[in-house]
Amino acid sequence: MNKDVLVVSEHFKGRLNEITLELLGKGRELAQARGGRLGVILLGHGVRAFVAELGAADVVWLADHAQLQEFDPEAYGTIILSKLKELPSALVLLGSTSAGLDLLGSLSARGDFPCVDNCMRLEARDGRIVATSQLYGGKVFAEVALPEETTLVAVVPGSFPSEVGRISGSPEVQLLTPPELVSSRITFRTLIEPPAWDVDITKAAILVAVGRGIQNADNLALAEELAEALGGTVCASRPVIDQGWLPLTRQVGKSGMTVKPKLYLALGISGAPEHIEGMKQSEMIIAVNTDPNAPIFGMAHYGTTEDALELLPLLTEEIRAASLKKAS
Amino acid sequence: MNIAVVVKQVPDLVEGLEIDASGKAIDPGSVRHILSESDDHALEEALLIKERVGGRIEVFSLDMGEVRENLVMALAKGADRAALVNAGLDSIPNNHAAAQVFASLLRNLTFDLILTGVRAIDDLDGSLGGLLAGYLNLPYVGLVRKVEFPATPRTVVVQKEYPGGYAAELEVQLPALLGIQAAEQPPRYVPISRLRQMMKAAIVEELLVPVPRPHPLEIERLFKPEEGIGASMLSGTPEVIARQMADLLVEHRLVR
Amino acid sequence: MGALHTSSIPEKPGVLFPEIASAEDKFRACIQCGVCSASCPMGGFMDYPPRKAVRMLLEGRFDEVVASNTPWLCVSCHTCATRCPSQLKISDGLFPALRAAVIASGKQLDQDLQKALQNAYLYGNPMAGSPNKRADWAKTTGIPVPIISQLRRPVDVLWIVECYPSFQPRGQAISRLLARILYKLGVDFAILGREERCIGDCEWMAGEQGLFEMLIERNIEILGKYKFNKILMTDPHSYRTLRNVYPSLGGRYNVEHYVKFLADRLGQLKPLLKKKLHTTVTYHDSCCLGRKTEHYDEPRALLQAIPGLKLVEMIQNRESALCCGGGGSTIYLDRFIQEHAKDRLADRRILQAAATGAHSIAVACPFEPSRFEDAVKVTGNEANLKVKDIIELLAESMELV
Repeated sequence: MNKDVLVVSEHFKGRLNEITLELLGKGRELAQARGGRLGVILLGHGVRAFVAELGAADVVWLADHAQLQEFDPEAYGTIILSKLKELPSALVLLGSTSAGLDLLGSLSARGDFPCVDNCMRLEARDGRIVATSQLYGGKVFAEVALPEETTLVAVVPGSFPSEVGRISGSPEVQLLTPPELVSSRITFRTLIEPPAWDVDITKAAILVAVGRGIQNADNLALAEELAEALGGTVCASRPVIDQGWLPLTRQVGKSGMTVKPKLYLALGISGAPEHIEGMKQSEMIIAVNTDPNAPIFGMAHYGTTEDALELLPLLTEEIRAASLKKAS
Repeated sequence: MNIAVVVKQVPDLVEGLEIDASGKAIDPGSVRHILSESDDHALEEALLIKERVGGRIEVFSLDMGEVRENLVMALAKGADRAALVNAGLDSIPNNHAAAQVFASLLRNLTFDLILTGVRAIDDLDGSLGGLLAGYLNLPYVGLVRKVEFPATPRTVVVQKEYPGGYAAELEVQLPALLGIQAAEQPPRYVPISRLRQMMKAAIVEELLVPVPRPHPLEIERLFKPEEGIGASMLSGTPEVIARQMADLLVEHRLVR
Repeated sequence: MGALHTSSIPEKPGVLFPEIASAEDKFRACIQCGVCSASCPMGGFMDYPPRKAVRMLLEGRFDEVVASNTPWLCVSCHTCATRCPSQLKISDGLFPALRAAVIASGKQLDQDLQKALQNAYLYGNPMAGSPNKRADWAKTTGIPVPIISQLRRPVDVLWIVECYPSFQPRGQAISRLLARILYKLGVDFAILGREERCIGDCEWMAGEQGLFEMLIERNIEILGKYKFNKILMTDPHSYRTLRNVYPSLGGRYNVEHYVKFLADRLGQLKPLLKKKLHTTVTYHDSCCLGRKTEHYDEPRALLQAIPGLKLVEMIQNRESALCCGGGGSTIYLDRFIQEHAKDRLADRRILQAAATGAHSIAVACPFEPSRFEDAVKVTGNEANLKVKDIIELLAESMELV
C-alpha cells in the first residue's frame, strides 16, 4: 500500500465528533511511521471552520455545499468514492458509527476495496498494517493483515486517544468538486431530538450501571439505593432500556450516551462491545457478573463473579457505614 | 409492497465458541447456530409493513447451519416465501462473499424494499446490508428503527438512529435497502405447535447461484481476550467482597 | 376437603387444553358459588376473576376474557381447582387455555415470558443456560455426582435436578447440599447432566402446549434409555407434572419429591442430625407440593426431626397456604403483575411468616428462596427472618455445610 492515510471525518450539530480526532491521532502516527501523508475528507455546509481543528492532517479534502448540510449516505458516498478512486492506494479510516457504517459497505462494494469493521487496534508490523477487530460480543478478537490496495477500516469509538489528534493548524485545503448537485436518492427531512432530559448521565461523577443481570424492574430499587448512598446516578445498558425499565436518557453505549465518570459500577452487564464503547473511558470500572467469561472483566479494573442482586444491599450497607464513619 | 428479507446464521454465544487448531477460524464443531438477532428484527419490521400496507415477503438465507427451521419460523410468522440459497460454499463465508451471492440472486428479482439486520456478531468485513446495497447499486440507510409510507409514491421515510438519543428522518426512494437496528415492536412469538405443524408441511425452496469470488481478508490469528488481564478479581463471601469494594472506594475518595 | 381433591387422578393434557367449544360442556357444571374468586389471591386484580371468567366462557364471551388482563395474573396456586365443589379444572385447565388463546392470537407477549419460552425451546431451560453446562453445579460438590450416561449401569435413584437448581446460584448451592446428603445416606443415585431438559410445567401453565408436548416427547425418549427404580425431584412443579401428567403420554415412572424420599429414611437420617439448631421455623407449603400432591406431613416430619428446632404454623397453612406468586410461569411475569397488582404475594406471605415470630421460613421449592429473600428485604425483615430450604436446615444439622 502507498503509505498515505485518509480519514473520513464526522461532525454533528456544529461540532467535530471525537472519533475524528481519534482517527487523526492514530492516522498521523501510522502515516509518519511509514513516510506517508495524512489526509482528511470533510463534507458539509459551513464547515470551513473545522479546518483549523484538523491540524494533524497534511491535507483537507473539502466539499462545502448546501446539499451536504446533513449527512446523506448517498451524496457523501458518491463524493468519497470518486476521491478514493482518484487517489493512490491508501489506508482509509472511518468511525464504526451510524454514519461511518452507512458508508463502509457501500464504498467497499462499489469501489471493490477490501474493508474491516469493529477495529480497536491498528499497528504497523513488519512493513504491513495489522488491524485487530473484536467479534462475537467481544469474546473473540481477529488480527487481520491489511492488503496493499486501498482498504477501508471502521474503528470503534474510544479505541484511540483523542488528545493525540487534537492539533490546531492550517493544513492544505483542496476542494472536492462535486457537480452542482450530486444526485441522491436519499433526502434529509428532519432531526429528531431525544426526549426531555431527566438526568444528564454524562455529567455524573459516579454511575451505577445495570444490565440484563438485574433481571427485573424491581431490582432497580436496589441499584437506586446504592446510587443514593454514593451520591451517584443509575444508568443502564441497552437491553434494560429496551425493556422500558429506564428512559432513553439513561442509556450508555453505542446508540446511547458516552460517559467518563470517576466510577462506573457495572452490575449484571456482560460487556458487549456496543456497551463498552460508551463507558470504556471511565476512570475506575468495577464489574459484577456471575459469568467469569463476561467480556467486561477484560477491561474493568476490579471485578467479582458474585451475584449482583446479593451483593448490592451489602455494598449499600458498607457504603453507608463508611459515610457515617467519615462524618464522625 | 414486495419485500425481501435477507437473514443469516451466526454462532450462538450461549453455547460458547472455540478457535480451531489453525488459530485462524472458529471451530465449526464447537458452534451451534441461531438467527442473527437484528435479522430477526428485520423480519419483524417486514411483517409490520405488510400488516400496514399489504404486500409480499420473501425470506432468503444461505444454506448453512440449522437455518431451515428459522425459515419455517419466518413462514409461520407470515412470510410468503422462504428460500435457501446454495452457492456451493462449505463453510460460513465472509460478508463480501455472502453479499455477492445475494446480489446475483436479487439482481434478477423485483423488490421494493430489501431489509436485513444492520449488524451481526461476526461482521469482520463490514455488514452484509451495506455491501449488498453497494453491489446492487441501491440506496442504503442503516440503524433504522422505523419505516413509514408517505403519500409520495415510490418513497419510504425512515428514522435512522444517532448516538445520544438523536435520530434523523430521511426520505428514501424505492427500491432501497435498509439495515434494521430494531423493529417497531419486539419480534413476535410463534407457538411451537404451529412451528411443528409447519415444519412438516412448509416448502422451503432451494435456489442455486454461482460461487462468488470475493477478496478474502488475511486473518493472521483469532484469539480470546486474556483472562486475568483486566480486572483484579475480588473473592470471598458476599460480605467480604462488599467490604473490599467499599474499602476500595474509600481509598479512591469516591465515598462522600 | 380431602374427599374433593382430584390431585391423585392422573391429568390428561388433552383435557387441559380443551377446544373451547367442547370445554363449555365441562364447565357447565359450574354452580357459580364464587369459592374460586374468593380463594384467588389475585382475583381482586383481575378484570374477570375466575367465577366471572367461567360465566363468560359459558356465555360465549371467551374472547373478552382472552383480551383482558385475567389470563396472565393467575399464579397457578390451584386453590380454586382444589376447592371447587364441581371439581372444575380452573387454574390447571381454563387458564392455560386462555393463555394458549392469547399466544395463538398473535398478540404481543410480555417480553420476559417470551424469552423464557424461547429459551426453553432452544436450550431446554428458561434462563438460557447452556445445556452443556447444566451439570457444572456439581463440580464443586466435593463428592462424586455421577452422570447416568457415564455410569453405564442401572441406578437406584435418578435425580432430576431441574432448571433453577442447575443454573441459579442459590439453587446450585442447595443442589450441592442435597447431593452430599444423598451421599451420606449411601443412596445409589445419578443425574442426567447435559441430557436433562425442563420437565415442562411452566410451559404448560403458560399455555404453550406445543412446547410442553415437545419437552414431554424429548424427556420420555431420554428417560427410556436408562434403567432406574425411582426418579427423585427437587422441584415441586416438575414433580407434580412428571407424576400426574406424563403417564397419560407414555411416561410412567416411580416419582418422588425429596421431602417424601428423605422422610421415608428418617430412621437413617435422625442419628446424622447431630447439631442442635436452636431455632424457630415456620414451613411454607408450596402449591405443587401442597394442594397438588398433598405432601403436608413429610416436610414437617423432616423439620421436627432436627434437634432444637421448633415448628410454628402461619395463619394460612397446608391446603390454605398462600402462594409465593411464582408459579405457572408467572415467575417471568413479575413486571406485568407488578403493574396490575397492588401488592405482591411473596411480600404478603413473608409478613405472615414474620408474624409467627419464627427465625426462618423453611421452603422446599427452588423458586422460593430468591422470591422470599427479595420479599424479606422489601418488607424490612432482614434482621429477623431468614429463608432456608429444608435441605439447608438438614445439612446444617448434619454439619455438612
